[in-house]
Amino acid sequence: MAPNGWLQIAVFFGALLVIAKPLGVYMAKVFEGERTFADRFFNPIERLLYRLTGVNETHEMRWTEYCVAMLLFSAVTMLLTYGIERLQHLLPFNPQHLGAVAPDLAFNTAVSFTTNTNWQSYVPETTMSYLTQMLGLATHNFWSGATGIALAIALIRGITRKEKNTLGNFWVDMTRATLRVLLPLSVVCSLLLVSQGVIQNFKPYTTAHVVDAQTTTATGADGKPATQKITEQTIAQGPVASQEAIKMLGTNGGGFFNANSAHPFENPTPFTNLLEMLSIFVIPAGFTVVLGRMTKSPRHGWAIFAAMAVLFFGGLCVAYRAESQPNPLLHGVNQQVTASQSGGNMEGKEVRFGIANSALFATVTTDASCGAVNAMHDSFMPLGGLVPLVNIMLGEVVFGGVGAGLYGMLIMVVLTVFIAGLMVGRTPEYLGKKIEAYDVKMAMLYVLIFPLCILVFSAIACLSPTYGLSSLNNAGPHGLSEILYAFTSATGNNGSAFAGLNANTHFYNLTLGAAMLIGRFLMIVPMLALAGNLATKKLVPPSSGTFPVTTPLFAGLLVSVIIIVGALTFFPVLSLGPILEHLLLFAGKVF
Amino acid sequence: MHKNLVTSVLYTVVTALLLGIAYPVFMAALAHMLFPYKADGQLLTKNGEVIGSRIIGQSFTGPGYFHSRPSAAGTGYDATSSGGSNYAATNAKYIARVEANVLNLQKNDPGIAVPVDLVTTSGSGLDPDITPAAAEFQVPRVAKECGLSIPVVEDMVRKHTESRQFGFLGEPRVNVLELNLALLAVCPQEADQSLP
Repeated sequence: MAPNGWLQIAVFFGALLVIAKPLGVYMAKVFEGERTFADRFFNPIERLLYRLTGVNETHEMRWTEYCVAMLLFSAVTMLLTYGIERLQHLLPFNPQHLGAVAPDLAFNTAVSFTTNTNWQSYVPETTMSYLTQMLGLATHNFWSGATGIALAIALIRGITRKEKNTLGNFWVDMTRATLRVLLPLSVVCSLLLVSQGVIQNFKPYTTAHVVDAQTTTATGADGKPATQKITEQTIAQGPVASQEAIKMLGTNGGGFFNANSAHPFENPTPFTNLLEMLSIFVIPAGFTVVLGRMTKSPRHGWAIFAAMAVLFFGGLCVAYRAESQPNPLLHGVNQQVTASQSGGNMEGKEVRFGIANSALFATVTTDASCGAVNAMHDSFMPLGGLVPLVNIMLGEVVFGGVGAGLYGMLIMVVLTVFIAGLMVGRTPEYLGKKIEAYDVKMAMLYVLIFPLCILVFSAIACLSPTYGLSSLNNAGPHGLSEILYAFTSATGNNGSAFAGLNANTHFYNLTLGAAMLIGRFLMIVPMLALAGNLATKKLVPPSSGTFPVTTPLFAGLLVSVIIIVGALTFFPVLSLGPILEHLLLFAGKVF
Repeated sequence: MHKNLVTSVLYTVVTALLLGIAYPVFMAALAHMLFPYKADGQLLTKNGEVIGSRIIGQSFTGPGYFHSRPSAAGTGYDATSSGGSNYAATNAKYIARVEANVLNLQKNDPGIAVPVDLVTTSGSGLDPDITPAAAEFQVPRVAKECGLSIPVVEDMVRKHTESRQFGFLGEPRVNVLELNLALLAVCPQEADQSLP
């Protein structure tokens, strides 16, 4: 670990703090319908959109209608993407003449982008046309992000409203999230990205005549080795910057290219890397401010921010330390940190980012439900790879996905006040709302569906040599980690991977698709039910027995609840995967 | 239910056109106007022929060139198939691959530890850079092959070393393609040297 690495981390977090507050204040105004400086520009556009789509702006929805509208919209957009993928060979913007996407892969991808997961079983450069990327995939980066934002706003309304049975209007919340938050930020971000070298064009792939022609030997069709001379390099092009911006801001993470944000055309400089990491965190961090403002308890928002920051730095320290270590199995290799190299474990990492920025990016992308990567998590040291995995297992509540992070965190808050209430023997309250049996049941449903889905699917894959194990790229405990990571990432709607696992098989496309659907929609329903129930409750005035949710004690208790829920559930399987691998690595074992 | 279904369909169509067509096309037009070279991928040409992108790595294995990092993209630096090896730290194939690369690189400088980036594959398989340490390691070999003095080659490396962005972001690095193009100007390489 180098001082410069810590400086870069400090700059990242400082910038996050500076941006989060004003953005949060702006977002709170947007969703409370207060006046903002941009009204004159957006109001007419919104009215036009409502007229075209038959939305009644003033109509208030109960939680059930809000949920149905969200599910219907997700289903329609999912079908659209499936259709585009299957028909892309007949559609325009396909200069490479790529064929139709296979049905199981098209299903998996449509689910993946609809659920904000952006798990990718395919190599985009050779699978998806420009039109599929723009119209089929990047659109979901807006839609699923805006859906997450709308849902979090609905939950906050549930907390703040008194004796009402409605949570707002799904279409209005979607529209405001898209037009007033995501789209303007994306335009600014993509311009900054292009200025640094992220490409944005519709050209066919470029053929370059390389400087040092290579000869390779490959086994030919007749089984004899054949020498092949490589004089050309085909360079994939495309409208990358526009997609890159919303991929980060919507915490989606689906790369335009296979290597995702490690690819020089997606992430060409250290500055774009900083910008991309900030784009992942700004909206989720801003949401703690939104919560503080809408509940009229800014200190509650900051208490949650503090809990998130503690978990963030905890993970980051472990990952940074693990990746700075030399791999003890390599001999004759200089892995030291010096002024002229960042040393450490460089397999799967880019020179321009080095160790600090790779460890930081991996922590950020899995704290949030982003899943973009600028280094290959599969090649991390065992404990370095443990951090992204655990981050997702904690429910991606450390800042988390746009909206999704906050509503996940609020479920944890409900559990925390419930447990605190049990400890002092009083009916727990949260911001003046009594937390009763129904609320805790819904919160527990949310908390239980998640590990159930991950562990059951992982167990099925591990028990099946033909379907599950044949896809592995690494043997030994790391093989278990690859499978576990896949189902954790899918259920957590993260989308990053231990990418050695060949997931483009019928088995994985279908099971991971199911895990993504369960991890998104089955968890949203109890969350919205909780929101709807909270909204109907009376406000009870705080008394001396009320557990304050603005103190360091609360933040500390919240952190412990998150860790205990995550650790108790997943510790056994983690000890068989990354922890065992760590012990074996330092005992000199290879697989 | 019925009304929300109709709205779902209409909303999908209208916003898909806005977000999926208008937005990327608008950004492409803007990018083309403001940053045409960068928006097209920073392509380098020689005698009117594209020879690569400044920021996409290429394989260099000839002894008179600075070598790039090993690559797991396709057969190596395949810019339509980006990606890493995804080998775990405990994978026997990974350890063996590194060992072979170390032996190969130490042929000229036995006993000197090889900088780690020179024997590991990058995340993209298209890393355009090596560390200054990796460039320094290769100076004696390149100088010998080109018949240049070591200080001359060292100076060339120094000129092509990009320091941290704004002085603190990222890591110092050397763009292999640019360095080798500069080298080519003073040290013409034999054609087809790697063919038997």
